[in-house]
Amino acid sequence: MFAAVSDLRSNERTRTMMRVLREPLGAFGIALVLLMVGGAVFADLLTSHDPSRISPRDRFQAPSLDHLLGTDHLGRDLFSRVLHGGRIALSVALFATATSLAIGVVLGLIAGYGPRWLDAVMLLLFDSIKSFPTVMLALALVTLFGPSLTAVVIVVVLVNVPGYARIIRTQTLALKGSEFVTAAQSMGAGTARILRHHIMPNVISPLLILASMDIPVVIAIEAGMSFLGLGVRPPTPSWGSILNDGFTAIRDTPWIAIAGGLPIILTTLGFTFLGETMRDLFDPRLKRRT
Amino acid sequence: MVIVSVAMLILFCMIYLIPGDPAAVALGPRATDAMREGLRIKMGLDKPVWVQFWNFFFAAWQGDLGRDVLSDRLVATVVMEQLPYTLALIFGGISWSVALGIPLGCWAAVERGTMADRIVGVLSVAVIAVPSFVVAIYALLIFAVALRWLPAIGAGEPGDIGDQLVHLILPSLAVGLGWVGYIARMVRASMLEVLESQHIRTARAFGLPERMITYRYALTIAILPTVTLLGVGIGQMLSSAVFAEIVFARPGVGKLVYDAILTRNYPLVTGAVLVTTILFVLLNLLADLIVGALDPRVRSRL
Repeated sequence: MFAAVSDLRSNERTRTMMRVLREPLGAFGIALVLLMVGGAVFADLLTSHDPSRISPRDRFQAPSLDHLLGTDHLGRDLFSRVLHGGRIALSVALFATATSLAIGVVLGLIAGYGPRWLDAVMLLLFDSIKSFPTVMLALALVTLFGPSLTAVVIVVVLVNVPGYARIIRTQTLALKGSEFVTAAQSMGAGTARILRHHIMPNVISPLLILASMDIPVVIAIEAGMSFLGLGVRPPTPSWGSILNDGFTAIRDTPWIAIAGGLPIILTTLGFTFLGETMRDLFDPRLKRRT
Repeated sequence: MVIVSVAMLILFCMIYLIPGDPAAVALGPRATDAMREGLRIKMGLDKPVWVQFWNFFFAAWQGDLGRDVLSDRLVATVVMEQLPYTLALIFGGISWSVALGIPLGCWAAVERGTMADRIVGVLSVAVIAVPSFVVAIYALLIFAVALRWLPAIGAGEPGDIGDQLVHLILPSLAVGLGWVGYIARMVRASMLEVLESQHIRTARAFGLPERMITYRYALTIAILPTVTLLGVGIGQMLSSAVFAEIVFARPGVGKLVYDAILTRNYPLVTGAVLVTTILFVLLNLLADLIVGALDPRVRSRL
């Protein structure tokens, strides 16, 4: 019986995939995302150049067959750096989004199901964190932790969690007094069990769509912080730091800036197109949220 | 008010946790221990945490944000000096987004379902998605470096308004471009809603020209949600402004904080972040009030 259910599910999943693909924008989004993910995963197969190998003789070379996107001020191959930078960008985006989802769901459940005063305190905290402009928050936090990927993840979590927790909280509040929750309570289920088995499955799906739509934002935060020198440390390739290298030398060697910006544009566009299509198909109500 | 207070508490905790001694930074490596100790007492760093917090909190509400560690000028003065540049940049960004966003959204709503509508839709999503610092760099690359149409750095000669405006074009485009998309979508959605409503039908029944219905009767109502949206958007524009100020080497609060962090000039960092946060909260409130003034229905709910 379980096999049958999972069969049905995977069948449904392929059908939704087909629906996304039928929308031209969705198909374009998927193509872009696959292109960037593929480039990041198969980086070692696609290029023989080491992303961090410095060779002073090849400094500032314009794009050629050997160096598809040219080289930077240290003679490093930009195509290879862009591919490896994709690994950083995508893994940070996935890890940070997953972390903020987990924390947001837990805090939202606590705020929605817990005592009133705790709810009020948490809402106040969320609003206060939200009242900092993102870059200001990032700048202040980096003074605290120093520039690192951890700082990037913390900034993303701080930016995302208040919104996620709020959504979960509102829905939990709505479900709190509903009949199936009262029934579970009367059958002696503990708070943890009710939250995990009865409330969470009902509140999580709209959040998943929103979180997937936030992935381009997270990629932009990572690239932006690395651009300011607040994210990944220098030898590690990141789209943001390539862009910064290019910015410094923008008058003489514009291709470095182009190489750094292009993957950011393509990836954010791909994920956004994909997310928009999915949202329109699955949950048109979310469209109201801007 | 409460939110600002809690934000101040968080800010203070962060600053307190930061490793490094502001007194040591201020006096440089050649200072003696006694000199450092003296300055620490002057800055109140020797008192218990809660006394320090109370002093910071109390002084901040009175407008005293402490002194710039490096130049020993009042932080409030330094920040206020830079604030007009950032405000001008944000205002420029709003102008771009309103000037492009409202006509585009309006056009898309009138031409609903056509190719034009779809193109505007895709373009809006695209400009929303692309981060502002990439826009800034590409704008710099195309218009300042390649075409040499517009200046690349600085804020223009002080006193020469024309020159300052020319210097404002590119940075404010970088700040406002994403919001063109948001506004176009918002205006399109609310236009479609308004065009369905009773009074528009009445206006049509009276035989008013379509152009007049669209721009005079529908748009004035459809524009309301945009004001609220802009109120929220100003926070994000502040973030983009930081990048735009750095890319185009403009003076402003964003660049101030960035430089202050690199030199560990903490009072300046706290002061500037605090001022921008208060500004952000106030602008949100202002947007709510404007909507209230424009739409009597909202006023009763405020």
